[in-house]
Amino acid sequence: MAAGGGAMMHLVASDNGIPGLDRVPVWFNDPSNYWGPDGLLVRIRDHLAFTVVIVLLAIVIALPIGLLIGHTGRGVVAVAGVANALRAIPTLGFVLLLYVWLSPSITSRMTIPYLVPRGGLGAFISVLIVLVLLAIPPILTNTYAGVQAVDPAVRDAAKGMGMRGGQVVRKVEFPCALPLILSGIRSATLQVIATVTVAAYLPLLGGLGRFIADGANNLTNLQFGYPAMVGAGLVVALLAVLVDGLLNLFQRFVVSPGVSGRFSTKRTEPTIQAAMEAQLTN
Amino acid sequence: MTSVWRYFTDHQSDIMGWLWTTVWLAVVPVAVGLVIALPLGWICNRYRWTYPPITSAAGILYTIPSLVLFIVLPGILGTKILDPVNVAVALTVYTLALLVRVVADGLNSVSLDTLASASAMGYTGRQRLFAVQLPIAVPVIGAGVRVAAVSNVSLISVASIIGVSQLGQLFIAGNVDNQIPPIVLGLIMFFLLAIVFDVVILLIIRVLTPWQRAAAR
Repeated sequence: MAAGGGAMMHLVASDNGIPGLDRVPVWFNDPSNYWGPDGLLVRIRDHLAFTVVIVLLAIVIALPIGLLIGHTGRGVVAVAGVANALRAIPTLGFVLLLYVWLSPSITSRMTIPYLVPRGGLGAFISVLIVLVLLAIPPILTNTYAGVQAVDPAVRDAAKGMGMRGGQVVRKVEFPCALPLILSGIRSATLQVIATVTVAAYLPLLGGLGRFIADGANNLTNLQFGYPAMVGAGLVVALLAVLVDGLLNLFQRFVVSPGVSGRFSTKRTEPTIQAAMEAQLTN
Repeated sequence: MTSVWRYFTDHQSDIMGWLWTTVWLAVVPVAVGLVIALPLGWICNRYRWTYPPITSAAGILYTIPSLVLFIVLPGILGTKILDPVNVAVALTVYTLALLVRVVADGLNSVSLDTLASASAMGYTGRQRLFAVQLPIAVPVIGAGVRVAAVSNVSLISVASIIGVSQLGQLFIAGNVDNQIPPIVLGLIMFFLLAIVFDVVILLIIRVLTPWQRAAAR
């Protein structure tokens, strides 16, 4: 989309009635789009604050349940079924159902800095419930799968050393399952960052979705219309990639070297299998 | 429930139009995505060095929020912003991103003994791929297709935020009129659509894997 794209974009823009993508860099170059209460920076801050609250709540709910069913092995089928069903929920529909249903009974004008403006509590709670429910399945399924994948010999050794059930969970199963748990948290976080944009369909809630929901009513406007929607969308995508990278880094720090195998001295030796594979694929 | 049914009968023509759009938005991207993912996944499996770059590119594509793709695509394709084609292309991209890896892993999961036997029986490389490797990979690929199909169905309604007309409009209508019945109707219809779609895919997998039932006997 680099050199030579400009003229084509212009042609395209007059075709579909919206400003071309060449207006997006112009939008990013305008400092007035960054500052102020409706600027990019405040909305990025709100977006991240909302994401953090949702993911933390989801972890608080999903992690103990996941550890418990992973440890006991009970209820796996039921939980897996519920988790899959939650995945199929159309987010927007569920949010709006709760909003239309709950908001008349929520009259509190309470505000929470970065999260809830005056009168936005009903909208906030609706979005919060749905997004927490959306973030639970990846964390939950990865947690119990991680615990179940722990080598039974390791678990038996821990019991043989005299650990109680709770100690086995905390000192053995949790650290061993940590890579998988963290990758569940990563995918939940990515999903939430992407889906918080849906919150902006409701009035009063901020975050980067505000640019998108507002822009849809004002497409041709060069400052608030299509260029702002694409700009904000690109920032959401960028945030997702950045956060994914950060969590990946975090994972390298907190996972025990013994589990991740980073300091492993084992060398993988070429096996007959590998040799056969090499032959077959040639 | 009666008010939900009444809403349906009162707005039947609108809803049937939306349903039709939603159905093709659910089916076509999964089919097209699979058709593109098969050769790409095969390349990942056949030339191992292509596996890391292709699957990580697919992973990055998958992190792009759906709403963002719905918005950016009109600028790239020159379509109108409310054109359902944008949604179809975006969902195709997601299906492809998810399935490339699944196809590669599925083909890779076929045991080398099986492949060696096929070669020993005189299958050429191409015959072995289509008559042995691909059929055996169907359960793995099929599981991936089911995940893609169900998550696509739930993504379709997101397009309502910018106003693309499909069953998600029921949610918008409920919000605008401050009414619960259209929202419940929308949730029920999306849910049924996901189930029907899932069952159809399950049936197709079943037809394509007759040996699984033969072994069970």
